[in-house]
Amino acid sequence: MAEKVLVKGNEAIAEAAIQAGCRYFFGYPITPQTEISAYMAKRMPKIGGVFLQAESEVSAANMVYGAAGAGARVMTSSSSPGISLKAEAISYMAGADLPCVVINVVRAGPGLGGIQPAQSDYFQATKGHGHGDYRLIVLAPSSVQEIVDMTAEAFDLADIYRTPVMILADGMLGQMMEPVVFEKKESKRVIPEKTWATTGTEMKREHNVINSLYIEPNTLEKLVLERYERYKRIEETECKYEAYKTEDAEFILTGYGSVARICKNAVDALREQGIKAGLIRPITLWPFPSDAYINETKNAKAILTVEMSMGQMVEDVKLSVNGKVPVHFFGRTGGNIPYPNEVIEAVKKIIGGDK
Amino acid sequence: MEQVFKRPHALCDVPLHYCPGCTHGIVHRLVAEVMDELGIEGKTIGVAPVGCSVFAYNYFNCDMQEAAHGRAPAVATGIKRVHPDKVVFTYQGDGDLAAIGTAETVHAAARGENITTIFINNAIYGMTGGQMAPTTLPGQVTQTSPYGRDTKTQGFPIRVSEMLATTSGAAYIERVAVDCVKNVNKAKKAIKKAFETQLAGKGFSLIEVVSTCPTNWGLSPEEAIKWMQENMLPYYPLGVYCDRTEE
Repeated sequence: MAEKVLVKGNEAIAEAAIQAGCRYFFGYPITPQTEISAYMAKRMPKIGGVFLQAESEVSAANMVYGAAGAGARVMTSSSSPGISLKAEAISYMAGADLPCVVINVVRAGPGLGGIQPAQSDYFQATKGHGHGDYRLIVLAPSSVQEIVDMTAEAFDLADIYRTPVMILADGMLGQMMEPVVFEKKESKRVIPEKTWATTGTEMKREHNVINSLYIEPNTLEKLVLERYERYKRIEETECKYEAYKTEDAEFILTGYGSVARICKNAVDALREQGIKAGLIRPITLWPFPSDAYINETKNAKAILTVEMSMGQMVEDVKLSVNGKVPVHFFGRTGGNIPYPNEVIEAVKKIIGGDK
Repeated sequence: MEQVFKRPHALCDVPLHYCPGCTHGIVHRLVAEVMDELGIEGKTIGVAPVGCSVFAYNYFNCDMQEAAHGRAPAVATGIKRVHPDKVVFTYQGDGDLAAIGTAETVHAAARGENITTIFINNAIYGMTGGQMAPTTLPGQVTQTSPYGRDTKTQGFPIRVSEMLATTSGAAYIERVAVDCVKNVNKAKKAIKKAFETQLAGKGFSLIEVVSTCPTNWGLSPEEAIKWMQENMLPYYPLGVYCDRTEE
């Protein structure tokens, strides 16, 4: 068993990426994720890797495009306003089927917003970024240990499905320290060889082209349809969630990331007060674990979605239950973190209201 | 019979989409000839821009990546950092390089990024139908400067070679033209020198090629060459702007 060490979330992301074989990191400073860059700047030169501080988030993400196209395991990280700028390259990478890992340590928005934790980039992460018909695998860790495990997994998923993968953390996860184990788990997944990468033809093969431009509508449509077949496989095989005390639960709380931990405390407290509460925690935000909201809500009378936003994931929860169970929302925004007692109060208000 | 002229191997055997009289074809050929002569096609990775030469990835036989508008130097940086032993070049127009991609260009030069940029300056956005470019001359009529570029409201054209030569990371910068045989030969020499600069690990190299756009200038190919010589060359003088290759 490997040693337990106390690590800050942001540094855990960086170290886990290095251990997953990432040797190229292109960054740009922004609070609250700058420790990732600082860690990479310190470590990469010592292990034959590259850390480069770009002139902007736009450039950093386009450097990732180049490096990914060149066949490397590559990562960039940012926080909300920076991700908006990286959106361009994310769309191009999706369109050129390039694997990479993008970290968003979310802070409050819109605009410059604030530097405190938030979950107000859920729409951007799961529905948006850049332009065009594409999806992105979005992973939502809720502890520093999960950050470590997910970062390694993210690189595998990116390579297997040839897609950018985003880890959606928040300022709280990025800044907090927790004991973690960096355990080298042998991946059982088969990582395909990158025969498509631009490594130089050596005059031995046709030239490889990394590209997202297809002028002829039928050609582009065919490519997009093929990509959506791949997305379908991702939805079928990579969807993940955690169900906590849902079996007999009459009241389901749901939230992701650090908010899920607050909800877990609320579930335990509610159960002590005789209210049969449970928690559904999506681990993959795309693909969204829609089935969980059917399978884990057999005895549920209501669902409360808790977010550090004005209500974004709640829309997917509503779509998932499709009117079968009433879905409520409680959120704090602006960089505020909901207290467990606020969640408990929100539950009691709904139960009272239902009676 | 001895063959004295043929398609360079580094240039794909496909029809180019460029307009009659456009100088992109000449410059493509020069870059391909240099790749052949240096024997580097197999270890070269090119980056195509957005603009008229967007399909350059179909025309060069080496591995290619297509970048977002203006981002070619950033994409090239990513490639070069992964494969420092390979040759990486970007091929960009004036809108791509000197407007939307100014930051990427200046910082690639400032970092001394060991890449080569071929910069086509024809003072107009060609692909989108002839709008004002950052290099459009004062008074020049375009679709978006229909009364002539008014420097009071539309500013002044950027002299890219002069500007980049001020960065310490630039190793070789030369401005050439392909308006006559003599200058075409000079341009090829410059392009070769730029690639050699990269092969020697000296840092950023850029060759600016003063070019024409007969279609959007509304001139015949011959008139366009004349217009370029009379109007562009005085504003964009040919010559070497930076040579740190011996340092």
